Amino acid sequence: MLIDERGMNSEHDMLSPELSSEALAKIDLEVAKYPVDQKQSAVMAALVIAQDEKGWLPKETIAVVAGYLGMAPMAVYEVASFYNMYDLQPVGKYKLTVCTNLPCALSGGVHAADYVKQKLGIDFNETTPDGKFTLKEGECMGACGDAPVMLVNNKRMCSFMLPEQIDKLLAECN
Amino acid sequence: MVEIEIDGKTLQVADGSTLIEAAHQLGAYIPHFCYHKKLSLAANCRMCLVQIEKVPKPMPACATIVTNGMKVFTHSEMAIKAQRAVMEFLLINHPLDCPICDQGGECRLQDLAVGYAESASKYGEEKRVVPDKNLGPLVSTDMSRCINCARCVRFTAEIAGMMELGQSFRGERVEIMPFNGKTVDSELSGNLIDLCPVGALTSKPFRFSARSWELSRRKSVSPHDGLGSNLIVQTRRDKVMRVLPLENEDINECWLSDKERFSYQGLNSQDDNGRLTKPMVKQGGEWKEVDWNVALDYAAHALRDVAKTHGGAAIGGLLSPHATLEEMYLAQKLMRGLGSENIDFRLRQSDFSADGHRHGTPWLGMKIADIGKLDRLLVVGSFLRKDHPLIAQRLRQSAKRGAQVCVLHSADDDLLINLEARAIAVPSQLPAMLAQVVKAVAELKGVATDAALTTVGAGLVDVNAAKKIAASLVSGGNVAILLGNFAQQHRQAATLNALAQQLAGLLGGRFGFLGEAANSVGGYVAKAVPGAVNGNAGLNAVAMLKDPRQAYVVLGAEPELDCADGAQALAALGKAAAVVVLSPFKSQAMLDYAAVLLPVSPFSETSGTFVNTEGRVQSFHAATKPLGETRPAWKVLRVLGNLLDVAGFEFNTSEDVRAEALGGMPEFVSGLDNGVAGVAPNLTASANGLERVADVPIHFADPLVRRAPALQQTRDSAAPTARMNAATLAKLGLVAGERVKVGAGGTAILTAELDAGLPDGAVRIAAAHADTFALGAMSTVLTVEKV
Amino acid sequence: MALIDTINPLLTTGWSKGDAGWSLKDYEARGGYAQLKRILANKMSSDDIIAEVKKSGLRGRGGAGFPTGLKWSFMPKAAPEKYVVCNTDEGEPGTFKDRDLLRYDPHSVIEGMIIAGYAVGAARGYNYIHGEIFEIYRRFEAALDEARAAGYLGQRILGSDFSFDLFAHHGWGAYVCGEETGLLESIEGKKGQPRFKPPFPANFGLYGKPTTINNTETFAAIPFILGMGGDAYLNLGKPNNGGTKLFSVSGHVNRPGNYEVPMGTPFAKLLEMAGGMRGGRQLKAVIPGGSSAPVLPAEVMMECTMDYESIAKAGSMLGSGAVIVMDETVCMVKALERLSYFYYEESCGQCTPCREGSGWLYRVVHRIEHGEGRAEDLDLLNRVTDNMMGKTICALADAAAFPVRGFIKNFRSEFEYHIEHRKCLVDPEVQRMGSGFFKAGAA
Ligand SMILES: Cc1cc2nc3c(=O)[nH]c(=O)nc-3n(C[C@H](O)[C@H](O)[C@H](O)COP(=O)(O)O)c2cc1C
Ligand code: SF4
Ligand code: FES
Repeated sequence: MLIDERGMNSEHDMLSPELSSEALAKIDLEVAKYPVDQKQSAVMAALVIAQDEKGWLPKETIAVVAGYLGMAPMAVYEVASFYNMYDLQPVGKYKLTVCTNLPCALSGGVHAADYVKQKLGIDFNETTPDGKFTLKEGECMGACGDAPVMLVNNKRMCSFMLPEQIDKLLAECN
Repeated sequence: MVEIEIDGKTLQVADGSTLIEAAHQLGAYIPHFCYHKKLSLAANCRMCLVQIEKVPKPMPACATIVTNGMKVFTHSEMAIKAQRAVMEFLLINHPLDCPICDQGGECRLQDLAVGYAESASKYGEEKRVVPDKNLGPLVSTDMSRCINCARCVRFTAEIAGMMELGQSFRGERVEIMPFNGKTVDSELSGNLIDLCPVGALTSKPFRFSARSWELSRRKSVSPHDGLGSNLIVQTRRDKVMRVLPLENEDINECWLSDKERFSYQGLNSQDDNGRLTKPMVKQGGEWKEVDWNVALDYAAHALRDVAKTHGGAAIGGLLSPHATLEEMYLAQKLMRGLGSENIDFRLRQSDFSADGHRHGTPWLGMKIADIGKLDRLLVVGSFLRKDHPLIAQRLRQSAKRGAQVCVLHSADDDLLINLEARAIAVPSQLPAMLAQVVKAVAELKGVATDAALTTVGAGLVDVNAAKKIAASLVSGGNVAILLGNFAQQHRQAATLNALAQQLAGLLGGRFGFLGEAANSVGGYVAKAVPGAVNGNAGLNAVAMLKDPRQAYVVLGAEPELDCADGAQALAALGKAAAVVVLSPFKSQAMLDYAAVLLPVSPFSETSGTFVNTEGRVQSFHAATKPLGETRPAWKVLRVLGNLLDVAGFEFNTSEDVRAEALGGMPEFVSGLDNGVAGVAPNLTASANGLERVADVPIHFADPLVRRAPALQQTRDSAAPTARMNAATLAKLGLVAGERVKVGAGGTAILTAELDAGLPDGAVRIAAAHADTFALGAMSTVLTVEKV
Repeated sequence: MALIDTINPLLTTGWSKGDAGWSLKDYEARGGYAQLKRILANKMSSDDIIAEVKKSGLRGRGGAGFPTGLKWSFMPKAAPEKYVVCNTDEGEPGTFKDRDLLRYDPHSVIEGMIIAGYAVGAARGYNYIHGEIFEIYRRFEAALDEARAAGYLGQRILGSDFSFDLFAHHGWGAYVCGEETGLLESIEGKKGQPRFKPPFPANFGLYGKPTTINNTETFAAIPFILGMGGDAYLNLGKPNNGGTKLFSVSGHVNRPGNYEVPMGTPFAKLLEMAGGMRGGRQLKAVIPGGSSAPVLPAEVMMECTMDYESIAKAGSMLGSGAVIVMDETVCMVKALERLSYFYYEESCGQCTPCREGSGWLYRVVHRIEHGEGRAEDLDLLNRVTDNMMGKTICALADAAAFPVRGFIKNFRSEFEYHIEHRKCLVDPEVQRMGSGFFKAGAA
């Protein structure tokens, strides 16, 4: 099964920058992990939750997260732009990230990326015209023994991605 | 203290000092970019790498704490090699086109590159290009020049109090930017220009207008708020091109507010509303440019006629609190020589009941530098951030160090200070609110409460907020109460004064006034207040307008914008037989009411003195020659005095005038005392209906800043609106964004705006603005209705 | 299921059931939480615990190899608020052991962290988990829930007067957060830009409070050390290199995976356990300690044993224990190009030498790889690395420089060939074949 938590809350108004009450409740749970005067610690998790809900992170939503956590919007933007897995631009329904770092590359990582590129007709940092797939080049995912590895929508790691497995994965995504 | 050795020289330095501080103590310079003594340590530029004995790697001097016996080499082979390495890295992506860069000639990178860079870089790749940002009308960007020292980011977050800039992305793609295309709106934004060690952030108004080496530098003093920031005025061919801070740790530290930095543009204003450069007289309703002697004769005649026919008391003198000590001193002397005691510089004050009850000249009550040593503070009635930007900055740092700052005011503007407690009430309730604080403090201290206070209607005010403030105030040792401009302009200013005095007494603390203008203290010293010479005689600024005079002398002020009730002022001046105006600027209003216009120098074109809010005497020389036929006002007044045969006008220099006014040249004036005696607090809240909360917007506070175009484009200069909280809007059946007709003395059509920081029943409408002066008094009740 | 083989299973004892053996009851069945119980029941002193860890010769498994017991002893005794932080950021290319530790045996890390909290006097801990391994983060949170429900975490643990709670913080894609102070900044909700040290985390750590940070594997070893005693643990390895260590073997071997072997095991043995060279091809080079470690030529590596000293003597570092094996089909310029890109991509950007130097290095190597190298480029690369090393806030700049220096030092002629002939020494078709899709485990 694909872990696809993005856009999970279909009731929610996707055009508004605001977050749904479900998302805010999730953020509250994250805030509770930290000392009471350290709400800001939950910003990374809050941005993940926001990205899951919106599919990506529009600046307006970043401002909403900032307001919720009592932070300067710029401070939240710094965070959102620092970590690789936040999407500051819209991405396809499925964001595929292929690790091409050296250990993976030695065991087919680049071949896997090439295979996906050819299957989808897109290059890295591109989205298929139907908006379904975005392909990204990833850095080491800490799973080099399972090369080639791929990440689907940031949260599902797929190991040993030989052509057959890639075909299967792409077929599963709909 | 620890003993260390730097380049063979032994010295003692305080524990916890950094190497860069130690080197500074020795007068040795260690190259650096990111380090700034007022900002948190970043240690990111790595320019300050030095060698330390027994340490295998070069260490950053900015972040390395001294230890006893440390031996430091700032010029050893290791150090030089490291510094050169860093310089090369800094330059590989930096444009090498200093001749076309606005920072050329005053660029840290350029200076250091001369000493530390190899002649030719080995970098053969393409240089990085970073898109520029629009940060607003004051700060210009050239982001490809940025070396990412992040001083600017730290400044906005730490000093200005709001993180308006950040460093986004990472690695080589890091980029300094505001959030989502916003501009930098801080009232301190211009300091970014000084802080940026390269040409990435430069002055937009100054941009490309001159090269730094063409400019002459003159020391001066800011003519705006009561702080008296020290300035370097840079001129070229008798034109002020730029203003920079002159560092003075006791006053402005190394900062300037944007008002102080950019108001110089007003000095060069040339339009219909701009500089007055020729004497003019009105004859038969027609304005004529005339020679100085004609104009002066005309003025002297007019005044002498009125004095002869109606008596000296038929003349009123309105002096700008931004005028110099010398000017005010001569003006009051002139008035008194004409037999008038009607002279005042406290133009926005509305309650004068403390006059005659004062122990001395009202002032800050402490040294400016001592503000930082307070650990408990109550600020009463102040739009602090906009009225006193650099004092707000000091409080911001104090609060970070653990001082507790409380606020009692009629608007809950974000001061970007972590407040301990706040009480927000409509203007008429401020005295009762402060009385509650006094009462609560008395209770906490177990002292019997003043009988008058027990009658305060507790139901009227938020007692809990007062109690919270009181609890904070009694919990610390070094306490002060500061009364802001709004408190001084309040209808019950004397009551607030008396209550603050009582409170300070109970707490064993101090209290004082945040001086509104450059010479708010100096005006008293110059005796430019009624009764200063002849007991209780004379009319104050309000009385002489309420009860119109036959003639007025106006010095440096635009009464319709600078008085407590601009409409009333304009009416009185319009009716007068003769209005003699001494002003650096002209305006349509002036042309309407004046009989003679005498062009006098702004601060940059005259010598003079400001006595700042802590009573410090700061004299300055002219930075440029007077523009056109402008003359220094002290000289004009001297001639008028002579023409009118007033005794005691034999002055050769402005220094002579100062010497007479001050009785010498003290560093601080004497007679400073905030105490009042025999002022019975008036605690009956009297307002019925919607109360106006009038702020004086930062860039409208005086005639000079009102004429500075770049400042007029900032967000702080947005047109006034009628601000109300949601409850008030709802009660009036209004929606934010609707046009409303506001009525008081006169009417104004404004846009209703939501402001959650206002108390119920308050309507905030800025004063000192052409759109609103018709409304009349700054403190008044209003009607508001949809149009 | 990545683990293939061990000698002396210790940390990996629980891995045999794969994904079915991670839960609390499995861990308890293996004797889990016994050490925590013993410590609390006997009210063992903090000094005794730290002494035992010192005795074990355990050195931090995060890369720097700092003695763990010594690190713990730096924590100020009196401070009222202290933290224990686990570093599971594991972003160093080639390293994938911490992920499997949390996947197959999360409770050993939890128990290790609780004991550490007890020893250093902390009441709260965080485990910072690498962004890309969300499922592992979920599993760790599930394990935390189990431990909390069983009373191993929370107020007055198991009726003692020791309270400790533990939370997981999920990263989101930034290698530099593996650097301990970048990690702390990240938990504080900021960019993960490392802090200047001193002060070190033991004095000024999370939220400015004294903090002990260790790698996941370091914490996982703690219950075993206390179980068998410091001396016994030390004796598993060799002097100053106590215990066993997980090696993540990747690249051109037949069975990439994690191998737990005693410190000091010959590399040849490790290579054999990993199934030997893929397709029977020749070993060309090995990066013995994660991508930041200088690469070693085959003949040097084959003489090494897997411990800090032996690898250091050979001119590299044991680092995080990530062993990247490259055979004769690899173009060393291309390999370096990919690694240099990584550091260029991952530099946090604050220090001038790292921000500017990492990009410079990458561009020059990229140029050489693409046939645009210049004769002076190798000297230039060495000079730029020299200018980067030891001049920055954290060691990422050094990590970017070491591989460049190592590759050039040990494979200079291949770089020269590339510059001179504007092409790879190894035929591109051979390269492609050598790094093609590979079905792991098939010998
Ligand atoms: C750039 C950089 C990345 C690092 N990444 C990791 C990492 O992913 N995991 C880790 O445990 N330590 C990493 N470290 C080392 C940590 O800073 C720190 O030394 C370690 O977590 C301490 O734990 P230990 O004493 O148990 O080894 C990294 C260091 C640097 C400079
Ligand atoms: S060395 Fe690089 S990664 Fe480390 S702090 Fe400096 S810029 Fe950031
Ligand atoms: S001044 Fe020391 S690192 Fe920048």
